[in-house]
Amino acid sequence: MLMGCQFKASKPEMAQTVSDSGVHTFMLDNGMKILVQPDHRSPVAVSQVWYKVGGSYEYPGVTGVSHALEHMMFKGTKNLKPGEFSDIIAANGGSENAFTGKDYTAYFQRISSDRLELCLKHEADRMRHLQLDEVEFKKEIEVIKEERRTRTDDKPTSLTYERFNAAAFINSSYQQPIIGWMNDLDSMQLKDLSSWYATWYAPNNATLIVAGDVDPQQIYTWAKKYFGVLKPSIIEPPKPRKEVEQMGERRISVKAPAKVPYLIMGYKTPVLKNADDTAEIYALEVLAGVLDGGNSSRLSQQLIRKSEIATSVGAGYDPYARQQTLFLFDGAPRDGHSVTELEQAIKKQIINIQNNAPSQDELDRVKAQVMASSVYEKDSVFYQAMQLGTLETVGLGWQRKDEYLEKINQVTAEQVQTVAKKYLQDDRLTVAILEPQEMDMNKRPKHKSVGGRHGH
Amino acid sequence: MVINILKKFVKIISLSALFLVMAQSVSASPEIQRWETSKGAKVYFVPSNDIPMVDLRIVFDAGSARDEKIPGTAVMTNGLLAEGAAGDSAQVLAEKFEAVGAQFGNGSLKDMAWLSLRSLRDDKYLRPALKNLQNILIKPDFPKTAYQRELERLKISVKAKKQSPNAIASDRFFAEMYGDHPYASPSSGTEESLQKLNIRHLESFYKKYYVASNAVVSVVGQLTRVEAEELVNTLFAELPAGSAAKELPEVLPLKQAKTIHVDFPSVQSTVMMGQVGVARGDVDYFSLYLANHAFGGSGFGSRLMEEVREKRGLAYSTYSYFSPMHQAGPFQIGLQTRNDQVDEAIKIIRLELDKYVEHGPGEDELQDSLKNITGGFPLRIDSNKKITEYLSVIGFYDLPLDYLNTFVGNINKQNTVTVKDALKRRIDPQKMLTVIVGTKKS
Repeated sequence: MLMGCQFKASKPEMAQTVSDSGVHTFMLDNGMKILVQPDHRSPVAVSQVWYKVGGSYEYPGVTGVSHALEHMMFKGTKNLKPGEFSDIIAANGGSENAFTGKDYTAYFQRISSDRLELCLKHEADRMRHLQLDEVEFKKEIEVIKEERRTRTDDKPTSLTYERFNAAAFINSSYQQPIIGWMNDLDSMQLKDLSSWYATWYAPNNATLIVAGDVDPQQIYTWAKKYFGVLKPSIIEPPKPRKEVEQMGERRISVKAPAKVPYLIMGYKTPVLKNADDTAEIYALEVLAGVLDGGNSSRLSQQLIRKSEIATSVGAGYDPYARQQTLFLFDGAPRDGHSVTELEQAIKKQIINIQNNAPSQDELDRVKAQVMASSVYEKDSVFYQAMQLGTLETVGLGWQRKDEYLEKINQVTAEQVQTVAKKYLQDDRLTVAILEPQEMDMNKRPKHKSVGGRHGH
Repeated sequence: MVINILKKFVKIISLSALFLVMAQSVSASPEIQRWETSKGAKVYFVPSNDIPMVDLRIVFDAGSARDEKIPGTAVMTNGLLAEGAAGDSAQVLAEKFEAVGAQFGNGSLKDMAWLSLRSLRDDKYLRPALKNLQNILIKPDFPKTAYQRELERLKISVKAKKQSPNAIASDRFFAEMYGDHPYASPSSGTEESLQKLNIRHLESFYKKYYVASNAVVSVVGQLTRVEAEELVNTLFAELPAGSAAKELPEVLPLKQAKTIHVDFPSVQSTVMMGQVGVARGDVDYFSLYLANHAFGGSGFGSRLMEEVREKRGLAYSTYSYFSPMHQAGPFQIGLQTRNDQVDEAIKIIRLELDKYVEHGPGEDELQDSLKNITGGFPLRIDSNKKITEYLSVIGFYDLPLDYLNTFVGNINKQNTVTVKDALKRRIDPQKMLTVIVGTKKS
């Protein structure tokens, strides 16, 4: 499964701490951090083990290795046969999977809380005792290529997004697709995975998050028993690969069989991790909310309902990335309008907010939605664990979760206007346009073998 | 404002946590309360005091199965409700929800059309959100400009489906399996059908189907019974009783096997295979649910996953499921694989299905599935969101009120004999529909 850290060994913390929001934290002697968020509404729990490694840790030629290793983590250890961990979880009524992102790789189980110990036992086992087998790998890498074909190669919008990222970032590793380039998957070898596993899979590079109907002390006891005996590694932080300053707009087109044109725009934007002024980051979040936080926000109002240029349009920003990222816009034009018109219409909205601060009503609506969401999210223990895991793994610290609401509430209309002026500038912009090509097999140019884009 | 809410929240959590721990040993499933409003709307309610919020879901028997002559009518009707009501524009309606942090949703599939609302419990947020929902439910304006706009947007999404092998396969699969039955046509309509649509179709569809006796309301949240009753009564006060939608026609099974290939410029072929399955409430439902779990319903560990992915690396995902509906929904098997491997993959699926229907699951396989389904039951109802959705299904399909409480028992009653028997009677591997979308290898 795929999803879309400044690394630093965590400082040892001696005693257990409990936050106001009820998060219990523990540190094992080998450097592994444990976070427990009790929630006793149902007799279930989620366990997640997060590793500080992901697509952005990779180098050209081995893109996709973090994700490939994630797949192989289900293929047996010195103690369990391939698939046996999954079988054990299933037989105990649990469900499990894993996901790889730019900045993390995480493994999770959802299970009745009285069976949770099993998850910790076997997660600890595969953290240090994975058995990487050549025969299993040969099959699994084909599965991964099929995953790539399904998720990216046969989806024109995903394909456009992949090429967009590759164009937007010049030297930052965020230019690489998490699933990896097909050619890198073709040439990937088991030893690439073994060395990746040896480099990054260690207790001092991992965080255990448990949320649900559990007793924090009991989790700590189990964690000591199973993870506490594992040896730490010396972890060399990844090279910074800090993105060079962009010197003017970048623009690409993607010609692929499709029916509907599609536009992606992204402006280079700082994130919480590397911000000079963290207030700016929360202002960017509110900016995203004013533009696209709900159906009343500006983009829907102006581009879908008023000018009717867009059939769909959105804006997004991820403040919790490890490296500099992008403030994104995407959309598809209505029939009778071009992608160029859509781009101009989005830019007009950008200029508008740069010149006129959002109204008090707009600001209030964004803040009301953030406040309400902070209540609604209590309905999902999985989501709460995800937030803790992300923050911890990119090196921000899970405590940022508790600050979020307050920081958003402090944002003023002027700050929103200021960050829009400062960051949504043409010289920081990358644009990708999907140019639909004929799909009818009889009308397509004969010399082009579309079925064989990857040489199979 | 914000601080008050949070303080209240912390206090409630700590009190009710104690209560829940004690209550768990008594009953794992929520106690469902059911009543009817004076005009015949069925209400399903579960109080849930841990979080200061309320979930509300109103489901009408007004999905695309009710489209009659013009596919797309149901989707457009549902989609237009929040595009103008009681004189408020789409913009104003959206602002009113978002100003109080409420999350409004709507949608429509083949059987169901729904409106949903998630709101904070505090009256100063809940009341305005409910008032707004009430207007959308009872006084939609179907404004002309909004109609034109949404129709154009729907046309583009119909066009966009033509670039998705999965959407093409799915539409074709339903068309071939259901023939003249209302389940045959796509909920989104087609380019041709949308040309024929006009506002009057939507208005009359709304008047006929968005009525109290055709509605099921689910409420989960921090409310007492009295509060929940008052809430629903207010919401439905002005909605006419009308009458419940008529039974849909029965679905006829396929007479013979059929294979269709749609040429498409993709690197993978998308395969959907299946036949007519079961309706909600079918006597064989539990045995077939269990049978399918071991075959292709459980992900890793299922026969399909084992044979297609684990042994041969042919696909990232392969699955099978019964999708029970008012009338018999499909039994469906699917995967995506590189174009040149598609014949091999289909051969494996056919072989595995033949074997499975002939011999049924082994005792070990069945035990594994039983353990997973019964042990995993608490995960199905571990949030207000999931409970709300279950209430809608129970109410909409008129399942017994103790459906959740008896689910585990009903599954545990099954054994290899009942499962094999049901498979033999209900699945005929000689009459499978197969749809393949991809580039044919010459």
